[in-house]
Amino acid sequence: MTEPVSHLHRALAAGQFVVTGEIGPPKGTNVGPCLHEAEAYLKGRVAAVNVTDIQTAVMRTGSMAMCKLLLERGIEPVFQMVCRDRNRLALQSDLLSAYILGIRNVLALTGDHVAMGDHPEAKPVYDLDSVSLLETMTRLESGSDLGHDFKGNPNTLDGAPKFFKGCCVTPCTDEVEPQILKLEKKVAAGAQFVQTQAVYDPVAFEKFMKLIEHLKVPVLVGIVVLKSAGMAKYMNRAVPGVQVPEPLIKELSAAPKENLKKVAAEIAGRLVRQMKPMCQGAHLMTLGWDDVVPGILANAGL
Amino acid sequence: MIVASPKPVTELKEIVAAHDKILFVGCGTCVTVCLAGGEREVGIYSYAMRMARRLAGRPIDIEQVTIERQCENEFIKDLAPAVERNQAVLSFACGAGVQALAERFLNRPVYAALNTQFLGILEDQAVWTEKCLGCGDCMLAQFGGICPVTRCAKRLLNGPCGGSTEECCEIDKDRPCAWQVIYKRLKGIGQLDRLEQIVPPKDWRPAWHGGARKIIRQEHRV
Repeated sequence: MTEPVSHLHRALAAGQFVVTGEIGPPKGTNVGPCLHEAEAYLKGRVAAVNVTDIQTAVMRTGSMAMCKLLLERGIEPVFQMVCRDRNRLALQSDLLSAYILGIRNVLALTGDHVAMGDHPEAKPVYDLDSVSLLETMTRLESGSDLGHDFKGNPNTLDGAPKFFKGCCVTPCTDEVEPQILKLEKKVAAGAQFVQTQAVYDPVAFEKFMKLIEHLKVPVLVGIVVLKSAGMAKYMNRAVPGVQVPEPLIKELSAAPKENLKKVAAEIAGRLVRQMKPMCQGAHLMTLGWDDVVPGILANAGL
Repeated sequence: MIVASPKPVTELKEIVAAHDKILFVGCGTCVTVCLAGGEREVGIYSYAMRMARRLAGRPIDIEQVTIERQCENEFIKDLAPAVERNQAVLSFACGAGVQALAERFLNRPVYAALNTQFLGILEDQAVWTEKCLGCGDCMLAQFGGICPVTRCAKRLLNGPCGGSTEECCEIDKDRPCAWQVIYKRLKGIGQLDRLEQIVPPKDWRPAWHGGARKIIRQEHRV
């Protein structure tokens, strides 16, 4: 076992059930509200807070800067990094930059295509993919980069970073085998933890966890907080690999508007409680409703 | 083959607005097969252009010719007298053909009538799909003959992203996820083990990233 490089790393290594949160940087420079939410509802309650990287390809403030602001406020960040916007030079450079700013947890993602976002005319990059990005981190840790000198020898870094490297998986997709094959590669490439795409079906999740038992990697089950029945239906229609069961949608439609946050916290908390025995943690994606996190944790019995 | 599609007549009208005597040149190879720039299309677009210009009160004189291949000097050279007779050339070839004409006939403007699209196949009647990006370092052997560099919207080399729905690409519901196709294909031919190997980042040097490429085959030079 390598020496833990972050609080998240240490907690998972110690076998604790770990909860992580998530914030999305604002579109603009007004970071105040976002930081306030993180300080008021996430700090001290979750082990670390993911910061999304130009989520859904909608241009916004960068993940690395927000991670640094979280660090300054005593909140441990998980730096999300997508392959959509930077080539291998920029990705490696940003990894070194993140490290010198004190960022240790990095989550490697492919990234939603630019066609999904608000700059569909942009040129997508995808020079690396999530597997090769993880491998790149491992390479940087070993003291070299992806390049080489004129003799073909790997370049040497003057000072190497050390990360706690994470990746994502979609457990409840209709064609799960290719996902598992890719997850195996991610772990082989150096992934040390997994945060999943949203899961609402504990039975399906248990089945998935059995299929990846051999990987021996801590898995944090992803929960996107359901804010309304409409949102749940939208996710079923539009978000790949996410299926919100009908009873949950009914529960949300039955809730009076002023009670929605309470019901949302009950559902998310119950899901965490149900899946707790199957995995090593939960990743809560609140999409701006950070104030429901204390309620979720209470309902989950954490 | 190279697949192209014609520009709208309104755009072509703008492009040739300065001229009243022009040569339309079709190409008898790829763009004829994909119904974009052969003799037939040159005829149709000449007719449409004449009508548009007549309606605008500025008639245009169009001479039509279609040659076997606009990408080879051997076929281009005979165009010289016709080019000389006209103020400009509207080429119905792919981008390569247009440039071959432009480089040969230095004293006449040469315009493109088509949008050159991709290297692809005729998938169904009047349906063409892209299959090859011409990356210069073919990886098809690894992927069961299905190219993720071309057919995955994210050009992923190590498996699907989390974005495909019911086997369709995240960004186009009419396009199958290349990785689902690769997975099924490799499973079908008993080569799923190929997906277990981590594919390193692609070396883009053989591709277009260093500017226009050139191939010299010494054994064929005399």
